[in-house]
Amino acid sequence: MEHRIPTSPQPCPETQTFWQAANEDKLMIQRCLDTGKAFFYPREHSPFSGRNHCEWFEASGKGVIYSYSVMTRATPAYCIAYVELEEGPIILTNIMTDDFNQIKIGQSVKVVFVASDNGQKVPVFTPEFH
Amino acid sequence: MGLKGQAYVVGAYEHPTRHAVDRSLGQLHADVAMGALQDAGLTVDDVDGYFCAGDVPGWESPGVGPLSVVEYLGLRLRHFDTSETWGSSYINHVEHAVQAIQAGKCRVALITQAGRPRAEKFSPVESHLKQTQSTAESPFELPYGPVVTNMYGMCAARHMYEYGTTAEQLAWIKVAASHHAQHNPNAMLPKVVTVEEVIASPIVSTPLHRLDCCVISDGGGALVIAHPDVARQLKRPLIRPIGSGFTVKHLNGGYFNILESGAVQTGKEAFAEAGVTPQDIQYASLYDSFTITVLIQLENLGFCEPGQGGRFVADGGLISGVGRLPFNTDGGGLCNNHPGNRGGMTKLIEAMRQLRGEAHPAVQVDNCTLALVHGTGGQLGARHGSATLILEREG
Repeated sequence: MEHRIPTSPQPCPETQTFWQAANEDKLMIQRCLDTGKAFFYPREHSPFSGRNHCEWFEASGKGVIYSYSVMTRATPAYCIAYVELEEGPIILTNIMTDDFNQIKIGQSVKVVFVASDNGQKVPVFTPEFH
Repeated sequence: MGLKGQAYVVGAYEHPTRHAVDRSLGQLHADVAMGALQDAGLTVDDVDGYFCAGDVPGWESPGVGPLSVVEYLGLRLRHFDTSETWGSSYINHVEHAVQAIQAGKCRVALITQAGRPRAEKFSPVESHLKQTQSTAESPFELPYGPVVTNMYGMCAARHMYEYGTTAEQLAWIKVAASHHAQHNPNAMLPKVVTVEEVIASPIVSTPLHRLDCCVISDGGGALVIAHPDVARQLKRPLIRPIGSGFTVKHLNGGYFNILESGAVQTGKEAFAEAGVTPQDIQYASLYDSFTITVLIQLENLGFCEPGQGGRFVADGGLISGVGRLPFNTDGGGLCNNHPGNRGGMTKLIEAMRQLRGEAHPAVQVDNCTLALVHGTGGQLGARHGSATLILEREG
């Protein structure tokens, strides 16, 4: 089945850590050291404390589908989703699967990295079967 | 100091066009400006305050903001304001105009809105891809193909998951809008539709059908707000803003509930300022980019409990004269008009018609003295401007 190739991001220096890690198949996110909470998307200042007091760490890459919508009329069809990471934050992504009918809210998913238009890898998620 | 009695909405006008192939964007702004001033019994010479958002000609970066349109309209201003939060902007403008009048910065304020996406063969998908990459979130979102339909689709999917809301319940919102639109000679979709017809229309992005979406239309509208001394000399009913609330709802570092829009906060603030409750509201203009937009706002504004929106709208709950809460009696964005992909101005205008007793007799609420207008600008499932305004007819 043909999958939609993600549009290439135009990263800025502020978030280079994320993009370099993505090219090495690692999901790097940040934690606010004042509150202990992980957050997304990455930025220099914590959205909780306003302070430049954050650390990068590698997320497990596991999460559950918070919501999704399948663009059945697009060519190729694709599924946009919010995935709630094990570490807490909900992030926008695609669900990569050959069967959109099997996608469910609450379902466990894990990260995989796919190349966008220009080769920069981006994180997407795929259903985990037990 | 609150809003009450500080200024009055004295003029309102909606452009009759829905396909402006023969009118420029500047002409549309001028058409609605003159229409609203004429409705009030005022002229361009009376205007000393002007309010607009990003839909004016030449706004876009590195554009001219409001400068071009002010010159084109021939305005001589003491005050202006260009708050831009997409479709909800004009609801903010009403409050800003009242504040400016109260502060002595102007006496007669004009607000215009217009757009011609249909004439320009606008594509929602292409428009989104052209979206600025300069925002911090863009690299983390644009790769995945977010467009307006799938972002609202996720709201609907989550509502169905949490509360068991059905596609049929959402369809009732379109059905109610169509019952109203049949009486509006300018409505883009004047035909009454059934729940079955909404469900049978093609899926645009799961779980939303084509008929869950608003129209893409050209046109616009304008309002005139005036100092009480000016308003009392005019021969129009005295309609005054009595409560408002504004905020930007965002994704909060990844901790959010897509079923809680900014309306939770702005509704509470507007009701508190006005000193009324949702049960007192006789007519509501609710942003209706999609059916799910209306459902979430009904819950967030307190017209029903969270999760009860589906039952609230079912079986004609929003049809004027039939249901619990008459909404969007012009047919709304779902059936009448969503000019320039911005629905806030038309929401204000229909509330004005209701409060003046000038809505179509088939949809006019008896002795309507209290109305609510709510707008969402941006995307409900992501960051958006939220604006609530409560209007009252005096006397």
